Amino acid sequence: MNAPLAAPLVEIRKLAKGYVRGEQRVPVLSDITLDIQSGDFTALMGPSGSGKTTLLNLIAGIDKPDSGTLLVGGQDITRFSESELADWRAVNVGFIFQFYNLMPVLTAYENVELPLMLTSLGRGERRERVEMTLAVVGLADRMKHYPNELSGGQQQRVAIARAVITDPTLIVADEPTGDLDRNSAADVLAMLQRLNRELGKTIIMVTHDSHAAHAAKALIHLEKGEIIGGVERAGT
Amino acid sequence: MFLLKLVLRNAFRHKLRTLLTIAGLLVAVLAYGLLQTVVDAWYAGASAASAARLVTRNSISLAFPLPISYESRIRGVDGVTRVARSNWFGGIYQEPKNFFPQFAVSDNYMDLYPEFVLKDAERAAYLRDRKGCLIGRQLADQFGLKLGDVLPLRGTIFPGTWEFVIRGIFDGSDDTKVTRQMMFHWDYLNETMRKTAKRRADQVGIYVVGIDNPDNAAAVSVNIDALFRNSLAETLTETEQAFQLSFVAMSDQIIAAIRVVSYVVILIIMAVMANTMAMSARERTAEYATLKTLGFGPAFLALLIFGESLLICAVGGGIGIALTAPAAAGFKQAAGGIFPIFSVSHETLVLQVACALAVGIAAAIVPALRTARIRIVDGLRAIA
Repeated sequence: MNAPLAAPLVEIRKLAKGYVRGEQRVPVLSDITLDIQSGDFTALMGPSGSGKTTLLNLIAGIDKPDSGTLLVGGQDITRFSESELADWRAVNVGFIFQFYNLMPVLTAYENVELPLMLTSLGRGERRERVEMTLAVVGLADRMKHYPNELSGGQQQRVAIARAVITDPTLIVADEPTGDLDRNSAADVLAMLQRLNRELGKTIIMVTHDSHAAHAAKALIHLEKGEIIGGVERAGT
Repeated sequence: MFLLKLVLRNAFRHKLRTLLTIAGLLVAVLAYGLLQTVVDAWYAGASAASAARLVTRNSISLAFPLPISYESRIRGVDGVTRVARSNWFGGIYQEPKNFFPQFAVSDNYMDLYPEFVLKDAERAAYLRDRKGCLIGRQLADQFGLKLGDVLPLRGTIFPGTWEFVIRGIFDGSDDTKVTRQMMFHWDYLNETMRKTAKRRADQVGIYVVGIDNPDNAAAVSVNIDALFRNSLAETLTETEQAFQLSFVAMSDQIIAAIRVVSYVVILIIMAVMANTMAMSARERTAEYATLKTLGFGPAFLALLIFGESLLICAVGGGIGIALTAPAAAGFKQAAGGIFPIFSVSHETLVLQVACALAVGIAAAIVPALRTARIRIVDGLRAIA
């Protein structure tokens, strides 16, 4: 007898999103139905304008769909108000951006500490967590450096540390290797794989680099706002 | 604490821009303070006027005198305690730019001005000497005059060269009193007029009237003027303050212009500051969007922008306010005695603080609202 399947972490049903340009409505996503299991590492691929970043933004709760349902961890985040979404993101989602999006006036330590400022943790606990996380990403000796004193790869590792510091359920990464050289990109991908494999983090990554996409366990192709060919699993 | 750290670091991120903005604010707040002090200085005489003194003059104009016979009749009005004579002399000391007020006054004049402090010995020496005169401390300091010096004046209203001997130097009872004037014996002037221009003798410029109760000033004024109704020289009696303000009113438009300029300076710096804040907020759109993404609310972002704007204004305004008093002292020196009272009032300091605060708040409103309202996805796109 098969064990009952756990509910997916992300459940998307008939999701649609478009933008208004002038007097015209331009559809970006239409009729997206998709499940992402907890502990999965999913890559969203597709050409520019295919809607992959829009889909990622909707899942991460930084944009709202026009129609459809979007459940993350069983909660319909489309019904959340802006402030509820902000609180939800702070607890549940870690963000990694293509251009790192670190605060230039804060050190690596302070950038990683940033999400913890929204928690009730004391200074000592925050310090402990930040130092440990920076050690995990290999930047224990760069804590006091400002972003402009770090290489691109190092900055992205600070961003990864910032993304995981609150121990979120979901990590979303938008082109995390898009601004990196080959070696740094390999390091970042290896780190994401470790986070997924060893810490069980669910990761959704947007990329148009097929090499990066192959680091993921599952691959979804988007084209003109629609999923093409279902979910490809690694090794299938 | 975290907010403060971020505000501080953001404020001094573009050092040159911030320093130039601070310098602009400093100059604006300083200029505002000085201009307000000029306006205050203009009113200094009127605000120092006593409520217990009235001035009776010819109702046609100050240029027309009153007969000396009025003195005893005014003294007879209920509520009047003292009556002193005063004539504007209008002499030139060395050269016209050395202007200071000179009055020919009756010997009881100083009794009406307890705010002028004169030593008994000097007063006695003055009363003994027909050609003696009294000068204020500010005037003595300005021209380096001392007791016993001869003060020559070239008459303009009363022709000839007049020589006076300084017999007393009076001080103000406090710093707000103007002591940049000279008084001499009305009798000396009158006797000279009897000899040289008989038609101008026994004429009084104004009567300074002491009253027992300032609350009765209006009634006493009416009663004095009623005495001389339908005479050849009808009178106009008013409080000393109203009398002084009538002089200030002559330069109303200049004062209004100074006031307008002082506020225009603030409006200009407000526009500069608003532009600086808008520019900073625009440059940091992606950073603010990132903070929103991480869960920081619009209120936190608004506080960041308001905090930065207020910090810059506090530094610029604070330095400007601190420099106002020394700058006013320098201005007073450079003005060469035009403004004997030129001190920065508490009200001006409060207004300077209010202006700096208003600039800080006004400059941050639009960028803070814009940042609070921006959609995260639009803000993040600003990085590309």
